[in-house]
Parts: sequence; structure tokens; C-alpha cells
Amino acid sequence: MIEVHGEVWTIKEFFTYPNEYIYWSIQIVMYPFMTGLVAGAFVLSSLYHVFGVKQLKNIARFSLVFSFALLPVAMMPLMLHLQQPMRGIHVMMTPHFTSAIAAFGIVFSTYGMIVASELWFVYRPHFVAMALELKGQNNRGIIDGFRYLLFSALTLGAYDVSEEALEKDEKAVGFLAGIGIPVACFLHGYAGFIFGSVKANALWMTPLMPVIFICSAVVSGIALCIITYIVVMEIRKILSRMKGKASGLPSFEELQSAEIEEVKLTSRYLVMFLIAAITLELLDLIFRGYTAVKSWDILREVIYQKDFYKIFVMQYGMGNLLPFILFKLPGLTVRRAALGACLMLFGVFMMRWNVVIGGQAFSSSFAGFMEYVLPIIPHNMETVKEGLVGALAVIITPYVLFYFINKVMPVFKYKGSH
Amino acid sequence: MDRRDFLKQTITIIAGAAIPASALEFVNPRTLFAAKGSDVKWVFLADTQKCVGCGFCVKACKLENEVPYDADVSRTWVERYVICKDGKMRVEGKMSNPGFGINADSPKAGRDGFTTPRIDIGEGKHVEIRDEDISKAFFVPKLCNQCDNPPCVQVCPVGATYKTGDGVVLVDRSWCIGCGYCIMGCPYGVRFFHPVYKVAEKCTFCYHRITKGMKTACVQSCPFGARQIGNLKDPNDPVTKTVMTGRVGILKSEYGTKPQVYYLALDREVR
Amino acid sequence: MSHVWRPLFVALALVAGIIIFRSFYVPKEFGVGEAGYMYGWHNPNNEQFWKDIKVKYKGSGYCKDCHTKNFTSILNTPHAIIPCENCHGPGTDHPDKITKLPIDIHRLLCLRCHAILKYPNSDRGKIRGIDPATHQDPNVECVTCHDPHNPTLGALKKTPQRFPVYEHEPAEAQGKGGAGK
Repeated sequence: MIEVHGEVWTIKEFFTYPNEYIYWSIQIVMYPFMTGLVAGAFVLSSLYHVFGVKQLKNIARFSLVFSFALLPVAMMPLMLHLQQPMRGIHVMMTPHFTSAIAAFGIVFSTYGMIVASELWFVYRPHFVAMALELKGQNNRGIIDGFRYLLFSALTLGAYDVSEEALEKDEKAVGFLAGIGIPVACFLHGYAGFIFGSVKANALWMTPLMPVIFICSAVVSGIALCIITYIVVMEIRKILSRMKGKASGLPSFEELQSAEIEEVKLTSRYLVMFLIAAITLELLDLIFRGYTAVKSWDILREVIYQKDFYKIFVMQYGMGNLLPFILFKLPGLTVRRAALGACLMLFGVFMMRWNVVIGGQAFSSSFAGFMEYVLPIIPHNMETVKEGLVGALAVIITPYVLFYFINKVMPVFKYKGSH
Repeated sequence: MDRRDFLKQTITIIAGAAIPASALEFVNPRTLFAAKGSDVKWVFLADTQKCVGCGFCVKACKLENEVPYDADVSRTWVERYVICKDGKMRVEGKMSNPGFGINADSPKAGRDGFTTPRIDIGEGKHVEIRDEDISKAFFVPKLCNQCDNPPCVQVCPVGATYKTGDGVVLVDRSWCIGCGYCIMGCPYGVRFFHPVYKVAEKCTFCYHRITKGMKTACVQSCPFGARQIGNLKDPNDPVTKTVMTGRVGILKSEYGTKPQVYYLALDREVR
Repeated sequence: MSHVWRPLFVALALVAGIIIFRSFYVPKEFGVGEAGYMYGWHNPNNEQFWKDIKVKYKGSGYCKDCHTKNFTSILNTPHAIIPCENCHGPGTDHPDKITKLPIDIHRLLCLRCHAILKYPNSDRGKIRGIDPATHQDPNVECVTCHDPHNPTLGALKKTPQRFPVYEHEPAEAQGKGGAGK
């Protein structure tokens, strides 16, 4: 028996068209979630570079590097989703610009180049130093030989690290961060447009979708940066304790106070964007209920009955309201911030889920429902790619990449001018 | 200015004024006669009174177009609508009753016809409706509407699906990346992934047949004349005559897709 | 020139690389068709692909010359409207490769029209139908008593005659593997 794509995880109820299945599954939930993280992380780093929020210095460099690590991962869910992943390049080859997806290749690579360039300017002195240091070594092994080649290549032949040159670098960083913000917002806002412009889908079609997506993207990006920052700082604290003061590392107390300051400040931005996101989402919901066009009967059924738990309990309750309270209660601690950020991340994920899967929870006939059952234990390639395994792969990959990128562009040890 | 120049200019002005007007009025099938390009424009006519739900059309379509016979997807299908006198939907057991007001199904896309009065409500469940409760009941054949403004084509990111000069929307199997955006973009649910080729698949109006002067497989296999295909640019075509002079309906006009499958005896309950 | 421009050169080199690759990769014919850029951006060669699909349902006219007797006799019966291939299967390679077309004599085939459904807004309500559960023996094919080529009740078979059952699989089952190759 030949299996139809989507059949294995779709439960159909009442009157649905024969060809309807959940065609956009977990990876399409992951896609806006991951691009959201990229955009959010970048916006956070830009707050320092462009708007000169000095206190964000540490986290700014970190979030820039992390944003770079997330970049390839924003594309990963798409590749796992495509029925013909080898033809993904066609988006660049014969783009059809009346499609919201067509610009993806171009926007994505533009954005990638901006982030890469910005990183280059930030880390150029480091590349030069490393290249020169390795050049000085007489007996380079295979590994150091490779590192020498890598760092030499990364300098792009620009070995000038005079005051003047570094000043120029700094200007370039500011400029790139400046144009990076609109591009990051565009990258993600237009992920919202991909959904918002589907007129055949009653839940998706709203001009607010891109804005909602950007706001929640920034929320998730900042939340992830906070979590990762806290984790890294905790590890450093343990290290500094183990090695003691003699190691030359910052002391435990120094790290402690730096950490909470950074987290407090960042969380302020987090809450701001959260309020914006929720306002828009509620506006959308109220508007739909008030205008009550043809599709409202089925949408109401989905929002208030079928998906009530997922939307109002998991997304708004656990994912938005609870962390909001956690952040706003006086005397914010690192631990509470970490918990709040985790919940927020979960809230944004649930929002993506409720949009992508929720938008397919009802039939175009408006007289039937479809339910998505996430494949946990895969039994074929399809359920690997579009199941729990594929989703976890997407979540883990940025950390693996971050580990390797950190080897080349150290986030913490490096004492650059930025 | 001599007469010749005058005529020339007049013609130019009239032509110039006429082109944008006809371009704007693509909605009205009547103006299509005057449109340039191909002298063929395929349209479909389905009669919901004549359709008896035998499903021979679906069977023929699947075999003709090599859509795996047992796969639960189909380029064309037949829907059944049963509306009760109390205007309520029938649901067995204690499920939440959303009350859509219709009882409708299309088991196996109607491939094997409708041989029982039981309505398929999914997941192996059925509801029985007594004859005396029925206020109206009928069958509706469905297929790709070959829209004049096909949203599925608009959203294809790579140009793998397109509308031909004679009005049929096709998919390039060698170029489709399988993103599924077109499937999402179609309000009629006619598209799906082909289980074998793993690319978007849809009704082609049997392009290989109509371009050879044959009828589509579904039209040919319909014993009751419930399905007809015609050329809207041929004023003597019986389908054209009906579309032009009869009272025909279209599906989901609110999406602005300008579907080219016309229906006779369409009911407001049809989804 | 300042070193500041170096990342831009790298970016431009990448773009140039993509454009060069594109010129090799994309078929020359790819372009805007009759329906304009929004609806007609495609490779026109593909239209031929769809025109070249093999025709399987040949139409009853294809049967006429060899099966003249059956073709003409059915014309005077209510079943005249049913195309041969609906019951006998698509004539694709018959008679060249497939010498004998499988005949679908399954009860379900007849029930497509003759299972009674009293639907007021469909011509189905006017077709003479039976309740498949109670009409005669549900395990016996309709053709045991009825002649599909002359289905009038006057032409009922005097002695019920079971068909040499399923010489081939019914066409329904046949499509399983045959399609989609």
C-alpha cells in the first residue's frame, strides 16, 4: 500500500476534502521558530552596536556569534521539509517573486553575508593575531598547519591592525549592525508574510502576521540568548572556582555581578517585545471574533474548543503570562530569569505551533477537522525528518555549530575593542 | 492630415483604449472571445442534479493519470451532501458537535461510488441518516478549477507550476521542489503530493487527451453527462452555450480566484 | 583602497559564482509564458511532457469494430449510456499486449448506481435500486441473474448462471500496482 505524504500523522474528522492532510508539519513550526531566534539574537546584539546600550557589551558579542551559529539552522528545517531537498537551490535559480518564499534565498544570503561581515570586523584583530602567532611557529603540526591556513584565509589579507584601521572596523560594525536590523526584521517578518498571505487559509490570512512574527521573534531570540548566556556564565563560574584566582580568569564575584546586571537589562527588552507581541495577537483574535466572517464558525471551534489548551493554557498562560510575572516580580534572580526565559521560549514555540498546525486543524471545507500527531518513534525517512527526531536535530545543531565557531571566534576569552 | 493617417490614428487610439479595458474585464467569460493568443480556453461544466455518485469518473481518472489506485488522494473526487430537515449535523456518540449543518463525505474520494446511505465522518466512524429526515441530498463532482487567477501558481517559488495559454494549470515534475506552498494556497484542496514522484500533483483536465481532441477521462466515463468539458472560445460549443446563457455557479468566488469549473444546480451548502 | 571593502568583495564573488552557476543550470527556454510572469513563469518544454502522457481510456468507439455485436446490442437498452471501459477496464494495450481485458463482475460495480439512495436532488433517486443487504443473496454476483448488456427485467436469465468467477482480478484491484509506475 502506497503511503500518501501526511497521511501517517493526520487524523481527519467529519467532512474534509480527500486530498487534505497536514502537509506543513513540525519542520514548518521549527522554521519560523529558528529564523525568529536568528533575528532576535541579532537585534539584541545590535542594541549595543547601534544604539550604544553599553551594558549589553558582553552579551552583544555573544549573541552575534550565536546568531551566526543559528543561521544555517534556519535553513535546515526547510531542507528537512522539502519533498525534493536536492532541488532547494531552484529558489535561487528561477525565483518566482510573486511567491513569498522566492525571496528567501536572496534575503537569507544577504542577511548571512551581513552577519558574517560584521563578525569579520569584530574578530579581525583576533584573526590577524592568530595568523601571525601561528606563522611564528616553526614546527606546525597538521592541526596547527590547518589553523594557520584557516586564520590566514580569514584575515582576507588585511593585516593592518593600527588604531586607525581598528577605528574603521568599528565604524563598519556600526553600519552593518544598522542595516542588519531591518534585514533581520525583513527576514523574519516575511516568514510571517509567507503565512499571512495565504488567502486560502482563514487562520493565517491577516496583515498583522508579519508584525506578530517579528515581535515574537525578538522575544524568542532574546530569551534564548539569556538562557545560553546564563548557562555559559555558570560554567565559567564553576571554572573560576576550580582554578582559583591564579588562573587570571575573572573572579567568581565579578562574574556573578556582571551576570545578573546583564540579565536584568536584557529582560527589560524581552518584556517590552512580549507586550507588543501579545497586544497584536489579541487584537487579531478580537477582530476575528467581532467581524465574524464566514470562516469564524470553524475558527472559533478550533480556537476555543479543539486547541483551547494549546493556545490559552500552554501559549498564553505558561508561555506568556507566567514568565511575565516572573520577570516583573521585584528582586529578579538569575535562576528566576532563566526559568522565565525558558518559559518564554516555550511560549513562542507554542505560538508557532498554534499558527502552523492550528492553521491546518480545520478543513478548507469549513466542515471538518484535522489533527496532527507528532511522530515520536520514526518508522521511515518521512517520520524521521518530520517527527520528533528531525525537530530535535534542528534544536541541537546550533549548539554544535556554536562549539566549533567558538573555536575560531572565541566569545569570552577575547578582549577586543568591541 | 489625409484620410489614411486619420484612419491609422483612430485605429491606434481605439486599440490602445480597448486593450486595458479587456485586460481588466478578464472576469467576464464573454470578453474572452476577443482576447488574443490561443483560440482555445478550456472550461468545465458539472451538473449536480445529473451526478448519481457512481464514481466511475474517479476510477477512470486514477487509472488514466496514474495516481496510485489505493492511495487516499485523487485528482478528482465526488462529494455527497445530505441536509436534514432539522438543519442539523448527525454525530454518533458523545463527540463535541460543531453543528456545521451539513452531512457530507467523500469516502476514498468517491472512487467506488456511494453504495450505502451511511455517511463517513472519518476515523472509521459513520452516521446513518433515515430517508424521512432528508430535506435535500445530492452529489457534487470536484476537480481542479483551473482558475484564471490561480493562487497555487502565484505562490510557487520556483516557477514549477504554470498556466498554459489554453487555460490549464500544470506542474513541472522535474522542477518542483515539493515545498507544498501551492497545496496550502489552493482553497479547493485539489492539490496533493504524488505518492510516487514526490512532487505537487493536480488535475490537468487530462491535458494529453484534450489536446488530442478527446474528452477528459472523467467526462468520457460519466454515463449521465454530469461532467462536460468545452472550449469557451468556441461559441458553438454546448458547454460554452450553457456557461454563457444558463444560470451557472462557481465555487468559493470570495477568494477571487475566478474558477473555470462551472456548476449547474449548485447549492449554497456546497463547500 | 581600505581593507573595509574586503568582505564586500567576498560577497560579490559569491554572487558572481551563483549567477555563473545559474547560467549553466537553468534550461535556456525557461521564461515567461502566455499567462505572464505571475501565472506563466515556467519551462515551456514541460507542456509537451503533459501532452505526451499515454491515453488509457480509448472510448467505446475503439471497441466497435471488433466487438460489434455487444456494441450494438447494448444500444437499445438502458445501459447504452455506460461506456464499455467503465466495466471492462481501460483498453490501453488491448488487444496488442493484453489479449483479454479483465471484466469486473463484482457486485460493487453494479451497486455504484443501483444501491438505492432516495436522494431528492439527484438523478440517483430515479435509478431503480436495491438494498444490497437484502436483495437476493449478497454473496452472488448480480450477473448471475441479470445481463448487464440487457438489464431490463424481461431479460432476466431463465436459469441463474454463475459467471466463471474472477478469471482476472476485478479492475479495482488491478490498478494497485499498475498505476504510478
